[in-house]
Amino acid sequence: MTTKSQQLLNWVDERFPLTSTWKAHLSEYYAPKNFNFWYFFGSLALLVLVIQILTGIFLVMHYKPDASLNASGIPVAFASVEYIMREVPGGWLIRYLHSTGASAFFIVVYLHMFRGLLYGSYRKPRELIWIFGTLIFLALMAEAFMGYLLPWGQMSFWGAQVIVNLFSAIPVIGPDLSLVIRGDFVVSDATLNRFFSFHVIAVPLVLIGLVLAHIVALHEVGSNNPDGVEIKKKKDANGIPLDGIPFHPYYTVKDIVGVVGFLIFFSAIVFFAPEGGGYFLEYNNFIPADPLKTPPHIAPVWYFTPFYSILRAVTYPLFGIDAKFWGVVAMGASVVIIAFLPWLDRSPVKSIRYKGGLFKGILAVFVVAFFILGYLGVLPPTAGRTLVSQICSVIYFAFFLAMPWYSKIDKCKPEPDRVTSK
Amino acid sequence: MTISVIKTLKRLAAAALFAPTLALAAGAVLHLDKAPVSKDPAALQAGAKTFVNYCMNCHSASFVRYNTLTQIGLTEQEIRDNLMFTGERVGDLMKISASPKEQKAWFGATPPDLTLIARQRASEFGSGADWLYTYLRQFYRDPNRPTGWNNKVFENVGMPHVLWELQGEQIAKISEHDGVKSIELELAKPGKLSAQEYDKTVADLVSFLVWMGEPVAEKRKTIGVVVLIFLAGLFALSFALKKNYWKDVH
Repeated sequence: MTTKSQQLLNWVDERFPLTSTWKAHLSEYYAPKNFNFWYFFGSLALLVLVIQILTGIFLVMHYKPDASLNASGIPVAFASVEYIMREVPGGWLIRYLHSTGASAFFIVVYLHMFRGLLYGSYRKPRELIWIFGTLIFLALMAEAFMGYLLPWGQMSFWGAQVIVNLFSAIPVIGPDLSLVIRGDFVVSDATLNRFFSFHVIAVPLVLIGLVLAHIVALHEVGSNNPDGVEIKKKKDANGIPLDGIPFHPYYTVKDIVGVVGFLIFFSAIVFFAPEGGGYFLEYNNFIPADPLKTPPHIAPVWYFTPFYSILRAVTYPLFGIDAKFWGVVAMGASVVIIAFLPWLDRSPVKSIRYKGGLFKGILAVFVVAFFILGYLGVLPPTAGRTLVSQICSVIYFAFFLAMPWYSKIDKCKPEPDRVTSK
Repeated sequence: MTISVIKTLKRLAAAALFAPTLALAAGAVLHLDKAPVSKDPAALQAGAKTFVNYCMNCHSASFVRYNTLTQIGLTEQEIRDNLMFTGERVGDLMKISASPKEQKAWFGATPPDLTLIARQRASEFGSGADWLYTYLRQFYRDPNRPTGWNNKVFENVGMPHVLWELQGEQIAKISEHDGVKSIELELAKPGKLSAQEYDKTVADLVSFLVWMGEPVAEKRKTIGVVVLIFLAGLFALSFALKKNYWKDVH
């Protein structure tokens, strides 16, 4: 480095922790050297967040949150989306990137969370990282739900109608609460505008704050790894973990491979199948919202369906309160319970590599149940499907609630002292 | 016409709108013919002509500008001469003169804007094009309907068979086996076109509707190929870079 730029850097460093921040989070942040495929999804989630924010900024330039009808009888909000798709140069690309990005976000986040399950990334001392992560997931659900209303298609409208109505099932405060959420007695222009406000300002701010907290907490305690052993326990003379390598350049160059690999899949969808077979952009949502015409079947977008199935699985009223309320409670609990994993897992080891057959078997059953719940959530309910979703909901909760028991009696293998492979 | 007749007509139209809803809710299965969707400019232009002459009497395509049709190989002069009749300018949107309110008063329901119809009608039974291709070929005479027409795909449809002069008149032979109603269609009165010619006309129209649903679709795929080739190259490079950096990590 030339002396001039060194001088400039010194000038900045005396006033702002530039070099020290760079070192703490990148060039001297030591990550375990044995990260595998599953460790791509954290950086990919960050990438998708950036894609969503950038494309969102450009969409807002032409999108109009207005439910009134234009001269052709089409809601202005719906028409503005088509305007972006047809008349704004490159608008179709920006919009498809954003709509595909929403689904991609959940794909990478689900895989990222599953990584945590596999390798016990939530265990001490990473409980706070996990809790921040659960909050990110919650914020992401809110963000996706409110964003889905904005195109003002039939599924946007009726999906929002169904979900907001759920809140009215809460005793005493329910009706007023759903009124506050809607800003009206039905989903209307008021709802559209407040969801727009939340979608573009409030929730993204919360999301970014939580992501920052997630990463700061991670860098404080250090990353877990596929072996689930703490690399900080074995350090060299300089205090550097023996199994650690600086995040930059090692993991920056590795994550670039992950990013490009992801972009290949992402672009394939954006350019060749942006509707995602009717799952990423639902066919019914190409029909403008019509408050007088209820679609025959209202299904949430795929990433909500496992939790929606749990909601629908509750069909018995309890303590004189409607089954719908307990469905809402079950759905809320199914997300919140994830945050308690650090205290539910009593296994002597973190990683699935050293856990016994009992845990592996139960995890496999849990994954299958989760997929079945997701699949059933897309379909209209029948008596048989409701029964299956009830069984799968019980499996879902049993996975968490019985964990203190089965993780303790599971026959685990001893953990190695140092990370294995590579 | 007396007011009560108009009211009855309105109710019938409203019933027509909700009928497919009920049919689907009952788990009805739609058997759709595979639409031979074409990207050939000649087919798209023929479809555009049918669209303007027949569909646009009632339906708008209010997201499409006339001069967008230059993308299917027409010149602006050709568009003016052959496809525009009411003094619009070539940069205008393909709207209709009747307002949605007036149409609601006349027909009991507003004929939907057709810009996105091919994307809207996709379902688990087939693509939107398949639905449209089947629908436009399966109108039949039904004296019980206010328009005199019914449809095999869209039961009790509100729209009359606008292309009947071309196709002719089909009649339905309705039979019931084990409680399942099946409808066989038979051409009772031939139209101006033979069956093959009519199928081709509908196929061209459907191809046009598909194009109109997303005019950028072909360009999107072309760009996509370039993007994927670029990313494949970038992947190889980034992989080599990673390998090089990691060679001393054991």
